[in-house]
Amino acid sequence: MTHYVSGKAAAYGFLILGSLIALYPVTSVLLLSFKAPDEKLSGFSLPRGIHWDNYLQAWTRGGFLQALTASVIVAACVVTVTVILAVSAAYGLSQLRRPIVLAILGILLIGLVMPYEATIISLYDMMRSLGLLNSLTALILPQIAMSLPFGIFWMTAFFATVPPALREAAYTDGATRLQTLRFILIPLAFPAIATLGILLFLFTWNEFLLPLVLVPDNKSAQTVPLVLSFFSGNRRNSEPPVTAAAAVLVALPILVMYVVLQRRMIQGIVSGATKE
Amino acid sequence: MASPAVRFQRPDVLAWTLVIPAMIIFALFVLYPLTRTVWLSLWEWDGLTPATWAGLGNYPNVLTDPKMHSAFAHSLVFLFFYTVIPITIGITITAVIMRTNPRGQMTFRAILFLPQILSTVVIAVAWRWIYAPDGPINSLLSAIGFDQLTRAWLGDFDTALPSLGIIGTWIVYGFCMILFIAGAQKIPRELFEAARIDGAGALAEIRHVLLPGLRREMTVVLIFTITLGLRNFDIVWNTTQGGPGTTTTVPSLYIYQETFLYRNVGVGATISVLLTIIILATTGITMAVRNRRGAS
Repeated sequence: MTHYVSGKAAAYGFLILGSLIALYPVTSVLLLSFKAPDEKLSGFSLPRGIHWDNYLQAWTRGGFLQALTASVIVAACVVTVTVILAVSAAYGLSQLRRPIVLAILGILLIGLVMPYEATIISLYDMMRSLGLLNSLTALILPQIAMSLPFGIFWMTAFFATVPPALREAAYTDGATRLQTLRFILIPLAFPAIATLGILLFLFTWNEFLLPLVLVPDNKSAQTVPLVLSFFSGNRRNSEPPVTAAAAVLVALPILVMYVVLQRRMIQGIVSGATKE
Repeated sequence: MASPAVRFQRPDVLAWTLVIPAMIIFALFVLYPLTRTVWLSLWEWDGLTPATWAGLGNYPNVLTDPKMHSAFAHSLVFLFFYTVIPITIGITITAVIMRTNPRGQMTFRAILFLPQILSTVVIAVAWRWIYAPDGPINSLLSAIGFDQLTRAWLGDFDTALPSLGIIGTWIVYGFCMILFIAGAQKIPRELFEAARIDGAGALAEIRHVLLPGLRREMTVVLIFTITLGLRNFDIVWNTTQGGPGTTTTVPSLYIYQETFLYRNVGVGATISVLLTIIILATTGITMAVRNRRGAS
């Protein structure tokens, strides 16, 4: 019994230690962001009071409103189009013969494991000759294409769990295949589609290399991570509290979303990862 | 089940109509640029004036370049921090937890998962502060009387590389723990009990029960962490940009610099192709090993 109790204590000890380490950098930046400019900085002291001015500075000088707008537009377009295309494609695949399905999934697998580093040079070249460099379109189209493999695998895995009898029943009731998709399968798939949308939103929101390369000269198309990168680079050693405030501003929308949706997000990534 | 035979005669127009739009987008913005990168790697090109055919000439140049050697060597160091350390931590903690099964795991899970949702730029800003000359690590060292150890961790030739590596460990260890714990809870508890009745120690239990039971999760974790460790562009770019000197350079950094700063498009494309081959090969090998072990 004592052995069991000490084992339990050790388990909690590890979990608490692991959690503290995961939390520390985030809280550390949060504390830093509240310091007054004349306060001596050190890693562990609490700030004297909450100094909101850093946030005002970061917000006005960083141009984060514009960046948030660009990020929201890009993420909304990528998520909507990817989800529609992925649901359709996965449903289409569920109607095709197995060798064809395997061939198509095999091609998509390349996109699932391939890094952006493999295409970024050609994408830059392509967008330049299409006159799309520095436009939101240059960010949206490649990210839809890169998200499709994940989306199609995700929805294919879902459609595989739907009992065939359900579709057969809809067909015998006289529903066409599109009606079956629209009125039976999509409502049934809603939780899976919502989780997919959330994950795609997260991946798109955080993408860094693509905006760095494809929208270098147009402020209004630059997404939040890129703007934060420029902002913190410019004042690397001057005003750490203002940089910290900017980082908190950038992290905040995702953190709020995480607090509300964390169960679905974690479940989604864990199951999405192991389902393959 | 009679329908496939009927459909065999005519292509299923509706199904193809649903599949084709996605495949066109994928072909245009993934497959085409991918093959074009390979094509560009065969040229010497500044991105503006007409290109000169180089054949495979860029490859020996890149492969024999000492600065590329050190970049790939840094990637190996990063792999250690992104893969070996977090997996060891994850397995150890999972083993401890499986002996007791504590409550409140959802809360811990939510916190441990935090690094996965943050932008890499936010993570870089946070860690730059932690490693800063007047940041938390140096404050702690001074407070406990180790003033002589304080330094600019990311600006020091000896500490920059491992310091960046630790950021990588921080990013992935929670993910490893969560996947391993979720996987271990699917292993029948009798296996753990049987191992204990047989007098298996903690190590034997990990080797004979936990690791075989976590094969699927291990494959996922390996593919994920290896890819992240081999790329590692975002963190390096937003902290040291390869410095001090060239102590933290990685291949993806050179892809960016050669192509977009020095205008050696062919060289950048060549590094891209090499890095992609390495990532696809390690992923393929990891999956193949899993499948073979799974079959036996």
